[in-house]
Amino acid sequence: MTQFIDIAALAEIPRQGARVVKTTAGCVAVFRTADDQVFALDDRCPHKGGPLSEGIVHGTAVTCPLHAAVFDLTTGQGTDEWQVKTHNVRVEAGRVLLDAAFLARRSAA
Amino acid sequence: MKQRLVVIGAGMASGRMLEHLFEAGGNFDVTLFNGEPRGNYNRLMLSPVLSGEKTYAQIVTHDADWYAAHGVDCRFGEAVVRIDRANRVVYSNAGGVPYDALVIATGSAPFIIPVPGKDLPGVCTYRDLEDTNAMIAASRPGAKAVVIGGGLLGLEAAAGMAARGADVTVIHLMGHLMERQLDPAAGYLLQKDLEQRGIRVHCKGATKAILGKDRVEAVLLDDGTVYPADLVCMAVGIRPEVRLANDAHLEVGRGIAVDDQLRTSDPAIFALGECVEHDKQLFGLVAPLYDQARVLATTLLGEAAAFRPVQTATKLKVTGVDLFSAGDFADAPGREDIVFRDPGRGIYKRLILEGDRLIGAVMYGDTADGAWFFDLIKQGRDVTPMRETLIFGPSFQGGAQADPLAAVAALPHSAEICGCNGVCKGKIVEAISAGATTLDAVRSQTKASASCGTCTGLVEQVMALTLGDGFTANANPPMCKCTDHTHEDVRRLIKSMGLKSIPAVMQELGWKTVGGCASCRPALNYYLIADWPTEYRDDRQSRFVNERNHANIQKDGTYSVVPRMWGGVTTPAELRAIADAAERYHVPMVKVTGGQRIDLLGVQKQDLPAIWADLNAAGMVSGHAYAKGLRTVKTCVGTEFCRFGTQDSTGLGIRLEKFLWGSWTPAKVKLGVSGCPRNCAEATCKDIGIVCVDSGYQISVAGAAGMDVRETEALLTVATEDDVIEVVAAFTQLYRENARYLHRIYKWVAKVGLEWCRAQVEDPVTRRALYDRFMVSQAIYQVDPWAEHAATPKDWAPVADLTLRAAE
Ligand code: SRM
Ligand SMILES: Cc1cc2nc3c(=O)[nH]c(=O)nc-3n(C[C@H](O)[C@H](O)[C@H](O)COP(=O)(O)OP(=O)(O)OC[C@H]3O[C@@H](n4cnc5c(N)ncnc54)[C@H](O)[C@@H]3O)c2cc1C
Ligand code: SF4
Ligand code: FES
Repeated sequence: MTQFIDIAALAEIPRQGARVVKTTAGCVAVFRTADDQVFALDDRCPHKGGPLSEGIVHGTAVTCPLHAAVFDLTTGQGTDEWQVKTHNVRVEAGRVLLDAAFLARRSAA
Repeated sequence: MKQRLVVIGAGMASGRMLEHLFEAGGNFDVTLFNGEPRGNYNRLMLSPVLSGEKTYAQIVTHDADWYAAHGVDCRFGEAVVRIDRANRVVYSNAGGVPYDALVIATGSAPFIIPVPGKDLPGVCTYRDLEDTNAMIAASRPGAKAVVIGGGLLGLEAAAGMAARGADVTVIHLMGHLMERQLDPAAGYLLQKDLEQRGIRVHCKGATKAILGKDRVEAVLLDDGTVYPADLVCMAVGIRPEVRLANDAHLEVGRGIAVDDQLRTSDPAIFALGECVEHDKQLFGLVAPLYDQARVLATTLLGEAAAFRPVQTATKLKVTGVDLFSAGDFADAPGREDIVFRDPGRGIYKRLILEGDRLIGAVMYGDTADGAWFFDLIKQGRDVTPMRETLIFGPSFQGGAQADPLAAVAALPHSAEICGCNGVCKGKIVEAISAGATTLDAVRSQTKASASCGTCTGLVEQVMALTLGDGFTANANPPMCKCTDHTHEDVRRLIKSMGLKSIPAVMQELGWKTVGGCASCRPALNYYLIADWPTEYRDDRQSRFVNERNHANIQKDGTYSVVPRMWGGVTTPAELRAIADAAERYHVPMVKVTGGQRIDLLGVQKQDLPAIWADLNAAGMVSGHAYAKGLRTVKTCVGTEFCRFGTQDSTGLGIRLEKFLWGSWTPAKVKLGVSGCPRNCAEATCKDIGIVCVDSGYQISVAGAAGMDVRETEALLTVATEDDVIEVVAAFTQLYRENARYLHRIYKWVAKVGLEWCRAQVEDPVTRRALYDRFMVSQAIYQVDPWAEHAATPKDWAPVADLTLRAAE
């Protein structure tokens, strides 16, 4: 089941940058690419927990700010087979909607 | 009995629909209303009319004879004001006309941005002949025109008026022109072409107001820029013209909702063209509208047909500008790019692949293959077999795989390799045979690749062919995987070619990726800041986290904040402010650094603006403690207190720090000033060290005490503090202008030689020029980023908090 929640205006996320959404399941980084694609990933690098939201965004990838692992925003796959969880996110009428189903699952568990 | 068909709007779509209807021998009594006082004409061709390449008469598609021959009752200049669905009658101000079937084809209306002054005489849009004539009338040579909107229509308006001699400025809200059809690289090329025609382009410009008393006089932007204007054309977008449909309570979304047969929610009423919405989609180009026209004519004739939207391609109708875009070129999961750039000819091509299919294409400069690519996109064909050479177009397909070395091998000796210096292949081979086995040697002997450098790859291929295994390409590696150029080449080319933006560098130097990577972007951002301080605007998103956030990120994602403590000297008031901030923001550790200042470690990101504001209020500025820039100037107590001191080392250190702070450098820069050769400030292991002696100041450079430990080497000895300031500023500027990104001073000096550096700063004229350039940059960059960002605390906090929601 999907459960899209309005989290922000697209304009609040800088191009080639990210903003953070706080959740009970940890922070989620919502990225915006140079061409206005939006992606959401857990804001924790599997290496040593670096905040991916602070990395440099290039194309549809982000480089971790701590030790420069590179992650594909579309799949969450990164250097050395690391994997970050991705979340559904979409833009409608200039608003960014995040699928918060993962929270429901968690609180149900 | 003949069916009574009423059509509202004589535009591109309805004109085509009527043609189909009459060609098929449809038996209709047609009444055609049009708001404009004329019949159907080719709206697309208004641009050639504006530029003077065509006349209105040449673009009329249906003349009086045609309407008469088909018995069309023309109500031109008569806008429909109401539809009475219950009685099936449409009304204009002249009365009602009954219908059996009604077609709404009202097109769209230009969007007007709601700024003060939008209604002043002299403000027009770009939709019909009236607008076109207004622009023609205003485009006297020398007249000033401002076009708001750098999309398709805006640029055609701008080019048309410029062709008539007007002085035209385009204001565009986004970062590059035509962002809906082009990516930044193609947008950059387009801007360059337009600028060469004398059209001024202002991107990232938000219009605040249109100024003028009785008519327009100027346009004011948010950033304070004012452009004088005799005419303002607003071309910022269109909206489906749905007012009649709304009033008649038809189903309307963004456009009039229609099904596959172009039928609205009322079975007797149809709609087509830009006023409709089909399957949530709107239309702004004619190709799909022509399909709609065919489907609607068939439907009205009582036969089966269904509208399926097709892919559209865009071309800009500005003579001499070649651009093409089709399909989808956004980055998305599983997509790959193939990029080709030929900077010499201003060509850029990008293909977007999804799996084994081509789904989008952007081309600039050479669009000859556009139709072929468009066809591949529409067919959805598997392009795997020709993937390697796809970008070279159809003429390349079917042959052997392109081997770049084989291509170079096949070149005759007379073939020109280096266009700038006119060096042919034969001359390079000759030089290599005579013993030039490195790129530098070939470069210095033949001049090949010594100017713009874009042929470096070719020269290396000639070397590889001639030397065989004896050749190891370029000992100095390229900047990153995005380019074949070295850092040094890129720096040189940025200056010699006058490249002033990241897209400009990527295009002109043939970047192989679309948007660079985390390694080249910060370097390019620095080079552009250093070389064009007054013209280039810093790109925050191309900075590493510490510089972007003006604090040092810690291993747990918190930050350390280090206020500047000039020359290591502080006051009780400053210490109190630091102590207060540490308590207020629960700073877990307060530490004295090895650089003579105090570090507040473990600050949460969202607290950064507040802690900055507090420290600012106590008079402290940012330490740039994290930056590739000036870090600290370490001092000792000098003549002020020390019995051995020879000069005021503390005072000089403070002066130097206040003078140099804020300047961005290739890597961090640390200074030390010691009051005597006992050297308590460890000046001789800093990037720049000053040791005071009785006769003056010994300036030495290129020390380090990090991963490498080395002593500084003497640069110059000078007599006064003012001399120290001038030499240090000049030397720093020399470093800023020449070193590669992330090289500390000692690494750079090892490459260029201390002798050369000394010669530059010793010569009074060169030294002064370096000093002056440093000051120009400081005038812009010596700002306190803390103060700037403290003003927008919201940007530093999470954008949303869902923790409460989950608890519900
Ligand atoms: C805070 C401080 C240590 C301390 O507690 O005293 C420090 C802390 C860091 N140093 Fe340092 N250095 C500090 C003085 C030094 C010194 C001594 C000095 O400046 O007198 C040196 C040797 C002198 C030199 O630079 O040549 C020094 C040589 C380095 C190096 C090696 C540089 C090199 O080129 O070899 C690095 C690594 C780098 O910059 O890439 C480094 C990098 C770092 C970083 C920024 C690592 C990082 O990227 O996160 C550390 C940040 C810690 C944190 O989480 O906040 N730090 N570091 C000192 C801050 C001084 C200040 O007020 O600005
Ligand atoms: C300058 C310019 C250049 C363009 N270049 C291109 C191009 O290169 N390629 C491309 O594909 N597209 C281009 N377009 C877009 C293209 O012209 C439109 O997509 C197309 O004209 C839309 O056709 P339409 O029949 O829906 O509307 P229109 O052609 O706009 O016709 C609608 C007509 O309805 C009339 N009307 C509106 N309301 C009423 C009413 N209440 N009563 C009576 N009449 C009414 C209007 O006066 C108008 O004449 C360009 C447009 C412009 C303005
Ligand atoms: S020496 Fe510097 S970089 Fe290394 S752990 Fe200490 S502070 Fe960090
Ligand atoms: S924490 Fe991300 S690379 Fe180390």
